[in-house]
Amino acid sequence: MERTSHAFKESAVRALQDATLQMALGNMRVGFVGKRQKARERLPEFERLCDLARDIKDHTLKHLDFYLEAFEARVKAQDGEVHWCRTPAEARQVILEICQRVEARTVTKGKSMIAEEIALNEFLEANGIEPVETDLGEYIIQLAHEPPSHIIAPAIHKTREQVSDLFFEHHRQYGKTRRLDETRALVDEARQVLRPKYVAADVGITGANFLVAETGSVVIVTNEGNSDLTRTLPKVHIVTASIEKLVPNVEDVWTILRLLARSATGQELSTYTTFASGPRQEGELDGPGEFHVVLLDNGRSDVLGTEFQDILRCIRCAACINHCPVYRAVGGHAYGWVYSGPMGAVLTPMLIGIEEAGHLPNASTFCGRCEAVCPMRIPLPRMMRHWREREFEGGHSPPTFRRGIKLWAWLARHPRLYGPVMALAIGLMARLAGRRRRFRVLPLAGGWTGSRDFPAPEGQRFMAMWRARRAARGGP
Amino acid sequence: MSAGKEAARAAILARVRASLGRGPGEAARPDELARRLAGGRPNLIPARSRVGAEERLALFVRMAEEVAASTVRCASPDEVPGAVGAFLAGHNLPSELVMAPEVEGYPWHAAPTLTLRKGRASKDDLTGLTGAFAGIAETGTLMMVAGPKSPTTLNFLPDNHVVLLPTGRIFGAYEEAWAELRRQSPRRPPTTVNFITGPSRTADIEQTMQLGAHGPRRLHIILVGPDAPPGEAPPGEEG
Ligand code: SF4
Repeated sequence: MERTSHAFKESAVRALQDATLQMALGNMRVGFVGKRQKARERLPEFERLCDLARDIKDHTLKHLDFYLEAFEARVKAQDGEVHWCRTPAEARQVILEICQRVEARTVTKGKSMIAEEIALNEFLEANGIEPVETDLGEYIIQLAHEPPSHIIAPAIHKTREQVSDLFFEHHRQYGKTRRLDETRALVDEARQVLRPKYVAADVGITGANFLVAETGSVVIVTNEGNSDLTRTLPKVHIVTASIEKLVPNVEDVWTILRLLARSATGQELSTYTTFASGPRQEGELDGPGEFHVVLLDNGRSDVLGTEFQDILRCIRCAACINHCPVYRAVGGHAYGWVYSGPMGAVLTPMLIGIEEAGHLPNASTFCGRCEAVCPMRIPLPRMMRHWREREFEGGHSPPTFRRGIKLWAWLARHPRLYGPVMALAIGLMARLAGRRRRFRVLPLAGGWTGSRDFPAPEGQRFMAMWRARRAARGGP
Repeated sequence: MSAGKEAARAAILARVRASLGRGPGEAARPDELARRLAGGRPNLIPARSRVGAEERLALFVRMAEEVAASTVRCASPDEVPGAVGAFLAGHNLPSELVMAPEVEGYPWHAAPTLTLRKGRASKDDLTGLTGAFAGIAETGTLMMVAGPKSPTTLNFLPDNHVVLLPTGRIFGAYEEAWAELRRQSPRRPPTTVNFITGPSRTADIEQTMQLGAHGPRRLHIILVGPDAPPGEAPPGEEG
């Protein structure tokens, strides 16, 4: 997909002015947050499970080579194949070769963020293979030719009316010519249209929530059941997954699954949790004839051992996104790539480069909600700060900002000068601000004063006020 | 594996090891890794499901109904054909069903109005009838295991899914049911294991929940067996 992360500011401004989008985003304010809170309260062990989940993933990442090899050995022993891919290009090629070998004309797809990451749909289309998204949200945005705007609710930016328009336009070819208004009718029509596609598809491609080293299983979680039809009906099942999806054993899966749905939608457990462990065996009446796991690295191995390693614990529950005031104001598309919200602000620079995604770690109010609700205890604000530091060190921030910070840093290292210069500046600002004690415009600070006033300083430096206060109290 | 693919594999593993600051095969504590790889030790099972058999059954029913499954009790297998017929009649459904071979042993002759076909589901089947490997009380979840007598398509394709679950097969937690599966299938896990919690659903249009997205619109669980299943401990658990 096209990347527009560099234009975050412009996209965010547009999003704030988009009345339809704001209406659609309004729906999420009531839903996710309250439901998660309730689900969490119903499970007294929730916080302890978070600690355990964090430890499971830390352990796995620390021994990732061991668990990757163990997983591969199990999959092979169960007649499946594992394809290791360094880059999106390698992953796309592997998938294309499998599709071409079985002469696939259409493939059904379950929701997979990795498929989004490697831009699989465009690639398959360019090679004459029709990809059919089956998750309702993904199906809607496929019709609209848009990227997902939320990792678990990809069409959250669409209103019912927009969905109705899309179906009216695209379902004509199936003889469905009535315009539908009711959500129920829209869901039913999508179900009817997609049903024959499941059966006709030659290959089914799904994502994975976990890869289990113990059993060589791929764990797939959905509410709709679409990924199960996608796995079960075609001749070939291809799983797209990234290397950090590994966990050691089945018990570990369940520890983390007790957190996933509760954090995501507030459900106790998602409707369908499937352990897929290879192709159909002798005597079975259904299931795929081939089972392939496409294992993508795409820079993740470089993140191990760095200050960003913790993000590899992420289970894509979207709690951080649902609780983020910035996301809730601008939606997912402003982030300009596959991942959005706080997890996207940390992950995107890692996957597509800080030069491209440098603005994203700034898209935060540092309110800390994301870290507080993250079931994997990922220190998201800290990592956004790390990116800001790197962005500054790498020289990706704007020149006026850099000059200002450098001047301040130089002053701060020269305390004898810092005091008098700051005292002068503060006194001057306090007088200029006048009785309102606020600035509407301030040179070099347009980014701030464009949308809000800048408060005038108190007229004295903190250190001076502190000393005066201590003296008044008679302290040391 | 082709040379290119072998190279990708080697490169990824080398990169992982370099980042972790380790040479190949250099695992910190090999016996700890082997132990974890073997599985079988639950990390933490919530207190909610650590209850006696009767309460476990009640919890299962409560949680399943909370996610919009319907349940009904049959004291013995003889009552099952009638219960299936009642479900179909109650929803104005035709009396044709596609059935998993695993449940052909029920006394179906007692309900001559039902038309039963054995096998996997096709896209035009309206109602599927299956057994279940286990029920899990913690969240009212069904555990379905694929095999020659239990095709997976039956769980997903038909609009209506009727499940026969013996009350003695209700476990407290997922880990306990999986332990039973490990015992029965020690060499490898079955091809597909589905944990099903309520009928299919979606909230992808304006965050409004709708049942029956792609899988079944209705999930009906017929609990077969005495009111209180025998024994206080979950089935399969020693002591
Ligand atoms: S960072 Fe945490 S809260 Fe956000 S999606 Fe990942 S696991 Fe969920």
